[in-house]
Amino acid sequence: MPVVKSIKAIGHRTIDVVWRIGYASRFFALTLYYSGASFRRFHLTIKEMFASGVMSLIIILVAGMFVGMVLGLQGYETLKRYGSESALGSLVALSLVRELGPVLAALLFASRAGSAMTAEIGLMKATEQIAAMEMMAVNPIARVIGPRFWAGLISMPLLSALFSAMGVFGGYVVGVVVIGVDEGSFWSQMQSSVDFQHDVLNGVIKSFVFGVAVTAIALFEGFDAPPTAEGVSGATTRTVVESSLAILILDFILTAFMFRGD
Amino acid sequence: MTSSQALVEIRDVNFSYDSRPILKGINMTLPKGKVIAVMGGSGCGKTTLFRIIGGALKPTKGHVKIDGQVIHDLSQQGLYEMRRKMGVLFQFGALFTDMSVFDNVAFQMREHTDLPEEIIHDLVMMKLNAVGLRATHGLMPAELSGGMARRVALARTVALDPMLILYDEPFAGLDPISLSVVGNLIRKLNDALGATSVIVTHDVQESMKIVDYNYFIDSGVIVAEGTPDEIRASQMPYVRQFVNGEIDGPVPFHYPGGNYKNDLGVSA
Repeated sequence: MPVVKSIKAIGHRTIDVVWRIGYASRFFALTLYYSGASFRRFHLTIKEMFASGVMSLIIILVAGMFVGMVLGLQGYETLKRYGSESALGSLVALSLVRELGPVLAALLFASRAGSAMTAEIGLMKATEQIAAMEMMAVNPIARVIGPRFWAGLISMPLLSALFSAMGVFGGYVVGVVVIGVDEGSFWSQMQSSVDFQHDVLNGVIKSFVFGVAVTAIALFEGFDAPPTAEGVSGATTRTVVESSLAILILDFILTAFMFRGD
Repeated sequence: MTSSQALVEIRDVNFSYDSRPILKGINMTLPKGKVIAVMGGSGCGKTTLFRIIGGALKPTKGHVKIDGQVIHDLSQQGLYEMRRKMGVLFQFGALFTDMSVFDNVAFQMREHTDLPEEIIHDLVMMKLNAVGLRATHGLMPAELSGGMARRVALARTVALDPMLILYDEPFAGLDPISLSVVGNLIRKLNDALGATSVIVTHDVQESMKIVDYNYFIDSGVIVAEGTPDEIRASQMPYVRQFVNGEIDGPVPFHYPGGNYKNDLGVSA
């Protein structure tokens, strides 16, 4: 009976999804529980910050610069229609600090550092390095996962801030240096319209939440990857897809709470 | 094999994956100071037994006692304490690829002891010297040959002078020289440390040169056991087929299936 088969398939799929959510939650809880080592031996976390944060700097800075330049161009074109070119600084800064900085930096972080984390841990599992660690009485969650998790968490807001800073600089180059918007109004409008708590702090909170989501997804997918070439490749793809969706969905939820139409 | 000085006692161990039985009533006694081989064809259950001894799997029935403690009844903390006294060599070494040879060997010393770096340096050099690879301490695992990687992994395995060393297919994929070197090292390190070694392997010739006792597993049960001389002299069909590498015998050449003529569409 095809109907019974379909119902069975849906049931199996549902059980799989629920089981996986439970497993992921347990993994996340264990990561937090065994986080002590990441701080007691902070050099491990710093090493991972270099791998995930510092190594992502180039892509973050270049992307930030170009996004800012595009904002400068598009913003100028739109504002010119209303004679408000002087508000270009506000537009560039608010767009970046509130929205584009955290979201785009997180998307880039997911594809650059998140995928690398998944592939590295998946390969460590496939080559029995995780099992070897376990047999040496070293907890892999504390030794491998914890430092990477906290490194991602610390790196993400910093990368987001750098993305926004480079974006503002890009907007300045296009708006002020190339197009000729008044430099004084560019900076003063920006200064008066950007509120530290409402805009900057909320942006930092967003990037922090995105950092948790991306790093947790990347580490879980790597740890859960089947120990085969196909398994690791599938896990890496899932990391990028799931992280990107998580970032966009979380962004909507956070924006709805932070900026309720004001 | 019986001995009052048993380090590992395996009693009536059964294990199943879902409802598929893998091990059926395994009994072994592994005395202190001996090198014991567990042999059998692929899929016979020897790696499962290896994982049960290491505490990575729990038997569905029976128990494994190491140094007087039932390994699968231990808490996470207790299991980790037990594992500090064990060394495990994985099939392809499982060296940490993001660490140098030196850091790989120093790994457990840094994780489990408060020794100063100068002493760790000397200990690592001594371990690497024991496997003949002192000069490779600055290299990364990717820069080593398969045989060298296995020897570095061996140095890492004995880093904390374990009382029990488990080897999972230590001879797999090695050239004849590396094979002899690794075999020789397993024996020498075991004797030097006064440890007990368990080698899970299907390499009969190499393991027979270095072990004190052999167990043969087939379809989850021990089908033969004895010293290397007893095994060589055995007339058991399974042992003869395994030791001499005969193509057909109790382990059939053909995977069990239906009638050949039916598959070809030829009526009888």
